[in-house]
Amino acid sequence: MTTTRIERRFAALRAANRGGLVTFITAGDPDYALSLDLLRQLPAAGADVIELGMPFTDPMADGPAIQASSLRALRSGMSLRKTLQLVTEFRKDDDNTPIILMGYYNPIYSYGVPAFLKDAKVAGVDGLIVVDLPPEEDEELCIPALKSGLNFIRLATPTTDDKRLPTVLRNTSGFVYYVSIAGITGTRSAASGDVSAAVARLKRHTDLPVAVGFGVKTADQAAAIARVADAAVVGSALVSRIAAHVSEDGSASSKAVEDTLALVRELSAGVRRARQ
Amino acid sequence: MTASAPASRNTYRNGPDEFGRFGMFGGRFVAETLMPLILEVEKAYSAAKADPKFAEEMEYYRKHYIGRPSPLYFAPRLTEHFGGAKIYLKRDELNHTGSHKINNCMGQILLAKRMGKKRIIAETGAGQHGVATATACALFNLPCTVYMGETDIARQQPNVFRMKLLGAEVVPVKSGTRTLKDAMNEALRDWVANVESTFYIIGTVAGPHPYPTLVRDFQSIIGEEVRWQMAEAEGRLPDSLVACIGGGSNAMGLFHPFLDDASVQIYGVEAGGDGVETGRHAASLTGGRPGVLHGNRTYLLQNEDGQITDAHSISAGLDYPGIGPEHAWLHDMKRVNYVSATDKEALEAFQLLSKLEGIIPALEPSHALAYVSKIAPKLPKDHLLVMNLCGRGDKDIFAVAEHLGVKL
Repeated sequence: MTTTRIERRFAALRAANRGGLVTFITAGDPDYALSLDLLRQLPAAGADVIELGMPFTDPMADGPAIQASSLRALRSGMSLRKTLQLVTEFRKDDDNTPIILMGYYNPIYSYGVPAFLKDAKVAGVDGLIVVDLPPEEDEELCIPALKSGLNFIRLATPTTDDKRLPTVLRNTSGFVYYVSIAGITGTRSAASGDVSAAVARLKRHTDLPVAVGFGVKTADQAAAIARVADAAVVGSALVSRIAAHVSEDGSASSKAVEDTLALVRELSAGVRRARQ
Repeated sequence: MTASAPASRNTYRNGPDEFGRFGMFGGRFVAETLMPLILEVEKAYSAAKADPKFAEEMEYYRKHYIGRPSPLYFAPRLTEHFGGAKIYLKRDELNHTGSHKINNCMGQILLAKRMGKKRIIAETGAGQHGVATATACALFNLPCTVYMGETDIARQQPNVFRMKLLGAEVVPVKSGTRTLKDAMNEALRDWVANVESTFYIIGTVAGPHPYPTLVRDFQSIIGEEVRWQMAEAEGRLPDSLVACIGGGSNAMGLFHPFLDDASVQIYGVEAGGDGVETGRHAASLTGGRPGVLHGNRTYLLQNEDGQITDAHSISAGLDYPGIGPEHAWLHDMKRVNYVSATDKEALEAFQLLSKLEGIIPALEPSHALAYVSKIAPKLPKDHLLVMNLCGRGDKDIFAVAEHLGVKL
């Protein structure tokens, strides 16, 4: 079986004995050009894996920061087609950094599942996280995605008990995304003791790497997670940083990219020193 | 047999299947955090259905608290006015709290109690479901949080005040278009964060399985009563049924017991807003296409990129870009005729019923009446037509006055 960029990246992290940094930004936030500029510089700033949000009008599992980023992107004319184009352009210069598209099912369903999977693969997408597709709906996208060679990364949550965990893990590949709180993105943060117990529990059920997200905002929090899990995911804090440089009319100041990258560098330093 | 047919080809009434599907519609499209709870609700509901005590409890509250059965009223002046079909109004606006919504809230709150839940949340558009939920919460002494779009709060002030009187917390929703769909998003976000303690009382036949089923079951009392009431009044089945549709709970409640009676014509009336051709409407079946939102696959108003578009209706209760999945299926199966009525037609119907029968209807069933006004004159005088008068118009008088240019 050929390995994917995601699998290779986590293998490299393991070999280096360090936790990874997964960064989330919304595709096209606040506009296509700025988003591409930022995306291209994320790996050099220390992002090991990139999650790219597919904007949606009704992001039910997201808090205010990511809701707002989605709306900014949509207002600037973003669409799923343009999100794939963004990945295509990114891949011209970077063939190593894994890209995972994250979002909700309706835009994909509207695009058409077979066409989407084909275009995503060609664009250089490595995996998918689709929040509103639990294992009960695997036939929709998960199984077809796996067949077309994309990783399908599932969310495990504090409400996923030991009895249900095998169901959630069954068709998961690439890594498991542990949602550290019962809640929406960018709100509360989990206690580090809870996270470490949860990761240990997941590790009893799977050999896949475990990334932990929701409520991770600072370098110290990212470091605490990198000590016990394979990677820390940061999203709301990054999109909030972008938002700070966007004016009412949707235009961003030149500082937006630079300032967001500065936060990525801090977070990266955090995960890199975590196990030293 | 088509892929969208139910397990048995002889009935329209045995859906959904074990995956919560009505043909291709329905399902359980929710975040993992909610999934264990959704499964728990399904289990608890199955157990409740099998428990005679649950049925007894429902019966008790229906009779003594809601005030059921609601009358099936022959409307003589309306019948005379249209000059065709004999028009009966199912008076669900006479229920406690003023609409059919309490039928469902009572069922769900009894289920929540069985599950040991300590807190109730709900979304509301017109405020009728919010008021019914707040009422049930007051009755059973459970804390209640109602999410309501800011736009709807502005146009439904009386209901906002009512909910507060009943002890509920009303949370204004500022995201998106600030209407019913955004209130539902926000309620789902609350639920994800409070999944252990909280029961979400969904107000319509939508959402993840088993909600479309349990709301339908709790509302089916409407159609069941119509069956025996019409047998008493006329000694036979009605010939046609008409109900308005936003998410479609009052309509499903009236329709479901009659789905297998081939002689009964069924009409669901969506909100046509400024007219379906203008694009400013809330008619998901007439003007939308299948998609996935709020836990189920159904017809949705959306753009070519799968982004949900705004619904438009004078009626806050119909202002929703989707529709219950069972309606989507009945539409595809062509068992129910889905049509629409505009804001303007609904306003005319609102005034007509007030003047002719002394009943001020809510703007929602005014849409149903607007459609009745189109078909009734052409129907024979022995044609028995039942319209679901699912809510009363007290809450709407301020909005209607404004539309009519009257200053109160």
